[in-house]
Amino acid sequence: MKKVYINSIASISPQKTFDNTIFLDEITDYNDTVIFAQDPDYKQYIPPAAARRMAKGIKMGVVASKIAMEEAGIETVDAIITGTGMGCMIDSEKFVSAIIDNNEQYLTPTSFIQSTHNTVAGQIALGMECKAYNFTYVHSAISFESALLDAKMQLESDEAEHVLVGGVEELGEHTTKVHRLINHIKPEAVAISKVLNSKTEGAVFSEGTNFFVVSNERKESCYAELVAVETFNTLQKEKVSETIETFLKENNLKAAEIDVVVFGNNGDVDFDSFYNQLSEGILSKTQQVFYKHLVGENNTVSAFGVWLASKILKTQTIPEIVKINKINPSDIKTVLCYNQYRGQNHSLVLLKKC
Amino acid sequence: MSKGIAITGMGIISAIGNNVAENYDALINERKGITRVDNVETIQRDEIMVGEVKFTNSELIAQLDLPPDNNYSRTAMLGAIAAKEAIASAGITDIKKFKTGIVSGTSVGGMDMTEKCYYEYLTEKKFQKYIESHHAGDSTQKIAEQLEIEESLVTTISTACSSAANAIMLGARLIKSGKLDRVLVGGADCLSKFTINGFKTLMILSDTFNTPFDENRKGLNLGEAAAFLVLESDEIVKAENRKVLAYVKGYGNANDAFHQTASSDNGDGATLAMEKALKVAELKPSEIDYINAHGTATGNNDLSEGRAILRIFGEELPEFSSTKAYTGHTLAAAGAIEAVYSVLALQNNVIFPNLNFKTPMKEFSIIPQTELKKKELKTVLSNSFGFGGNCSAVIFSKEA
Repeated sequence: MKKVYINSIASISPQKTFDNTIFLDEITDYNDTVIFAQDPDYKQYIPPAAARRMAKGIKMGVVASKIAMEEAGIETVDAIITGTGMGCMIDSEKFVSAIIDNNEQYLTPTSFIQSTHNTVAGQIALGMECKAYNFTYVHSAISFESALLDAKMQLESDEAEHVLVGGVEELGEHTTKVHRLINHIKPEAVAISKVLNSKTEGAVFSEGTNFFVVSNERKESCYAELVAVETFNTLQKEKVSETIETFLKENNLKAAEIDVVVFGNNGDVDFDSFYNQLSEGILSKTQQVFYKHLVGENNTVSAFGVWLASKILKTQTIPEIVKINKINPSDIKTVLCYNQYRGQNHSLVLLKKC
Repeated sequence: MSKGIAITGMGIISAIGNNVAENYDALINERKGITRVDNVETIQRDEIMVGEVKFTNSELIAQLDLPPDNNYSRTAMLGAIAAKEAIASAGITDIKKFKTGIVSGTSVGGMDMTEKCYYEYLTEKKFQKYIESHHAGDSTQKIAEQLEIEESLVTTISTACSSAANAIMLGARLIKSGKLDRVLVGGADCLSKFTINGFKTLMILSDTFNTPFDENRKGLNLGEAAAFLVLESDEIVKAENRKVLAYVKGYGNANDAFHQTASSDNGDGATLAMEKALKVAELKPSEIDYINAHGTATGNNDLSEGRAILRIFGEELPEFSSTKAYTGHTLAAAGAIEAVYSVLALQNNVIFPNLNFKTPMKEFSIIPQTELKKKELKTVLSNSFGFGGNCSAVIFSKEA
């Protein structure tokens, strides 16, 4: 079985993360309940006429995939695999509301065409003229991890050498509005420094995209070795510690050997206890970091966790702004990412220094 | 590499039957399930024909014995019914005995409830429970809940009309890699105003019975359905003394990279997908005994697919047919529906007719099988193609 490496990364998020030469050097402060992705200069990557037809998610996905490809120094891949929990919300909303508002009349196909979940992967393939394997996973908070696992299996068995993997999510106005009604969004604005201890229910909703080139060959640009990915549709709170210990054991590790753990805390008073029991328990002596205060919550934001872990491993630095505690490990060799959303769809991603 | 993955159970609900036996009976008796739409309120009713499961949502809720406060979308309910039949038919009594996961395909997800309650969500509290069931993965979570599959790998694929074929592909990979011992693979999609109007704007809906591979084809009939197959490792097959229905022998996925919704004239993506599937199966084109074509009856698909089939099979073309004239195009579920039909074909050594065909296409001379035909079948190739250039082919075989 071949080893799998993350050879490049790309992130478009509510922080200025699209420039790979910096690492959360300057933080955009938010005090809100919904935060949007910061736009890179799209026209550097997409002809303006084409960009005008694309909803934000498609634009972000296409651009992030190009940044990742550039950094990996490759022209094409053996597979394009994306994850998106909610899909192309903007076009979906446009088409549904047009159906209702006009009583199924005077409709045009553009928004329908762009509403399918695999639009981003399809557009990337079109742009790259890549006829390879093309998949899109749409399973809530584990959409990205499903894509990552698929890529990993193909690379390990040498069915593919390079795979472009990414997660993408865009905010839709109506979807945001209805999620407020069911308290999935925080009731009041919260500053990024207060998210972790906000003690209110719901999360700060967001959008963004993260892409990676993963390969079974270690490139100069390598960030990390992708050791293991595991997802769980359900997991009782009481069983999380045990599950993590089993997962680590399968990878010949103990909790004490984890140098950094990346948690998916989003400040939701009802669900952060999934992580807090670990901070106080089996991972209490481990350096803990989190990121959702900076980039918000969305179905594929856990890919930002993998982005953060990759950056930490490559640069061997941990920005102060993401630290939960202060262990400050000197040599960072092993990073574990744990995420769940509203108590469901848990994921574990294990990375090592390459 | 060429060793097939065992299929030990299957379940289906479609416009031509509520279980595997009913579907088979309709297939061999040439009974199609294409009618006017009854369960979706749409002004397009008189202009389109659909392949509809005739149960109302309340009837489906009753069948599944769901509590009144449930928030199951129609997709989830159709999926749960087919998934339960699949598990029962495999003879599985203890789901937790082996590491079991689910891979499902859907394109509509919970859109049926979203479009019904879109603005009502803002004011009517009683509908708000469905907000959480909109996203595509929810239907799969619900199926897992119905089967009591917990703490496991449960995921969803959405590659438009090739979703379920891709779910079968991933499932086979998960067994091969040892990630899972057993996996339920398939797909579910219900009819919705969203897809009815979407395909209408693309002007690819027929106003009458769809006629795959016919020169005068007028487009597709949308359908709704769900189907699941149980894939199990050789260890389980041996330990549990399972009856193997057929094997997933090969699979291929490629992207046409031509247009967001249209297939290339020469069917590049489809050709690549079939080539890859043959390679994984270690079979020559001449060793394929029947092709269950995607055959949606749109001008574009049937021409592109026909050319791709010719590119692969040339002079050695086996019988081929599309079963879309029976069921309509069931979108993300189609690959699973036709997987069940492919297995039925293998089990019964029968080729299902391509109904409604009259006039050969002028672009080529190939003609689908139009009558039920008995033939000893060892292998069946099933095609599924979708928006976004997604092309998939899966090969099923009688022997491992």
